[in-house]
Amino acid sequence: MELLVDLLSGALILAGSFFICVGMVGVVRMPDLFTRMHAASVTDTLGAGLLFSGFMLQAGFSLITLKLIFILGFLFFTGPVISHALSQAAHLAGIRPQLAEDRSKRLEPAGTEAGSGDRRGAD
Amino acid sequence: MFAIAAIAILVSLSLALVRAVKGPTVFDRVLAGNSIGTLALLLLATVGFLTGRPEWLDVAITYGVLNLIGTIAILKFFRHGDLAYNAEDKS
Repeated sequence: MELLVDLLSGALILAGSFFICVGMVGVVRMPDLFTRMHAASVTDTLGAGLLFSGFMLQAGFSLITLKLIFILGFLFFTGPVISHALSQAAHLAGIRPQLAEDRSKRLEPAGTEAGSGDRRGAD
Repeated sequence: MFAIAAIAILVSLSLALVRAVKGPTVFDRVLAGNSIGTLALLLLATVGFLTGRPEWLDVAITYGVLNLIGTIAILKFFRHGDLAYNAEDKS
């Protein structure tokens, strides 16, 4: 039984570490602010959730588990709030999501689109 | 196992730092700062289990609260240029 709990929590912690890394790789590699926020939310929800689930299995039924649940619930509530505030602030500041047609216009010969030059720096 | 999680979180922290340095707009940097705060929270919890001292979790709770307040404050500051901005006074 002890071995089973250890194995399960180890698998959960490894999966959480993987998703944390994946989310941050997405933050570095995504082309746009809004897609970067999408990638960052993977770290906030799935990575933290799996990691803390593994910690809860290690801690057993105690006050530590209660604190972990509290932190996890706090993350689950504050993540969408921060995402909403950030996306609304970026939208009000004039940043628009990069759409598929923007990308196809960029592939055309230079000089056809006046506003295509400054978009290139957003990568 | 905890050491692997700590190393993964440190690698992720360095990636978030890359985005904070590179980010073209200020909002990318705010996003990176928020991610760094969340990763610091996770690292605190992991180090608590790594060293067998669960008291670190209290510090992690504090970091979670400060992360929310700090991000909202930075966004409000860059929107209005003033932390005490009140929309009803201006209109």
